[in-house]
Amino acid sequence: MSTPSSAAPWSPPAANAAASAPPRESHWVKALPFIGPVVLFIVWDLVVRFGLIKAILLPMPGATLQTLLSGLAGGALLGDFAVTVWRTLQAFLIAAVVGVPLGVLLGSNERAYRSVEFLIDFFRSTPSSALIPLFLMIFGVSDVNKVAIAAFGALLIVVFNSAYGVMNARKQRVMAAKVMGASRWQIFRDVLVWESLQPTFVGLRSAVSMALVIVIVAEMFIGSDSGLGHRIINSQQVMNVKDMYASIIAAGALGYALNILFLVAERRIVHWSGR
Amino acid sequence: MRATVENVINGPVYADVPKPAFVPGPAGTHITIRGLTKYFAGWPLYENFDLDIPKQKIVSVFGPNGCGKSTLINMIAGLIPIDSGEILFDGKSLEDTKIGYVFQNYREAMFPWMRTIDNIAYPLKLEGRSKAEVDRRMEELVASFDVKFDLKRYPYELSGGQQQTASIMRALAPNPEVLFLDEPFSALDFEMTLFIREKLQEVFMKTGTTMLLVSHDLEEAVYLADQVLLLTKRPTRVAEILDYRDQRPRTLETLSSASFVAMKKLSLEIFQREVRR
Repeated sequence: MSTPSSAAPWSPPAANAAASAPPRESHWVKALPFIGPVVLFIVWDLVVRFGLIKAILLPMPGATLQTLLSGLAGGALLGDFAVTVWRTLQAFLIAAVVGVPLGVLLGSNERAYRSVEFLIDFFRSTPSSALIPLFLMIFGVSDVNKVAIAAFGALLIVVFNSAYGVMNARKQRVMAAKVMGASRWQIFRDVLVWESLQPTFVGLRSAVSMALVIVIVAEMFIGSDSGLGHRIINSQQVMNVKDMYASIIAAGALGYALNILFLVAERRIVHWSGR
Repeated sequence: MRATVENVINGPVYADVPKPAFVPGPAGTHITIRGLTKYFAGWPLYENFDLDIPKQKIVSVFGPNGCGKSTLINMIAGLIPIDSGEILFDGKSLEDTKIGYVFQNYREAMFPWMRTIDNIAYPLKLEGRSKAEVDRRMEELVASFDVKFDLKRYPYELSGGQQQTASIMRALAPNPEVLFLDEPFSALDFEMTLFIREKLQEVFMKTGTTMLLVSHDLEEAVYLADQVLLLTKRPTRVAEILDYRDQRPRTLETLSSASFVAMKKLSLEIFQREVRR
């Protein structure tokens, strides 16, 4: 047993621990995320260089990247890229503007949600691409068609997540508002809507990915003369593989960027999430 | 007289057992509970439960596990519906009564999307008070709680004790007639428990707000109490109501005084008697 030093008054354990140097994060730890892409790049390069895959099927990575950059720096690729971005955003906006209020309303009235739950779950589980012919019949071969079907697929995800966000709101926060005398409308406005924000963001993020997928598919198969999907399938048919790979990477970068964008927005807006 | 009644033709027929007449509690009663009945999963938790809670006193609720201490105050506060019975505050219903409630789990009681100061002011805004009134009341609260942390921060940026302090301030902001405290200390460390306990006593001495405290710590329950309400196992009845009259402010010395120790011992004996029953 240690002898208690009775002289000094008790004080909470001081921040001595913090004074010692924090563990250093060495530079190579920061470089870890780059290892994967670099290895892929090297393997890709070696595979083509040693002729394991013919250059007619897989171009050199450097050349592909060059095609990508020059294409995006004002080339034809940029136009198709912009068209795809625009269609995805349109579809996403429709899904968000309709889906979030609808989901929050359905979620705050559980009976209403239960009565449409099957429909939402069924069509959410149906691959949206399977509905392309149906949408073709309704909207014809048009730009509207591609946006409409992407919006439809994205909408269900948004509705589902927002509704569950409201239904899974922390009971105690609702009770706290109630005990302070909040009316049903005030509880809805001041608690339920906020509680649903985080799941809503999850929904919006999945929705924008879904919208991009469907837009690309629609551009490939619904008579189209623009967009990344159109460009990918076109360059494949004329065996312009450099352009095809550049377009694929552009589509991937777009999806990745959208995901990051939403993650950052979520962290900004739902600042309390996970705390 | 009886004859006359029997002579009335087609007089009213009372099929139901008439409701027992409402018997008011003794003078100084704040909350009157009559015939409170609550079933859980087909089993009675409270059956025909009567209780008078005195005004301007702190009542600690203590009892065996699962006897429904928290359920009792939640029913009084209107958070859990009752099956039957009547609960009146100075003869008024809950709707006409201003109450404050402090939850055990402060993390899920505060609104993390609001700054702490807006959390505390929220009940005042619900009442539709003007900005000037809200500001004045907030200043009062901050002064009386001697707040040392930054209320502009979000609740999740504060320590547990600070969050619970803030949620007590929120509960007290609208000057409630009754303050409910559901195990307010059990998620806090000892240092913070002592601090908040003193603050509560201070507020009580200043305002005389009726307080209902649920605690699983007997020392805590007795220390703050004017009355210790001991409950039985379910179906829950009142085992005993003990008056504890030691002077306020009670201090750390109180904890070792003969009267405190005797009160704690007596409470413990009744508690053990009820647990073994």
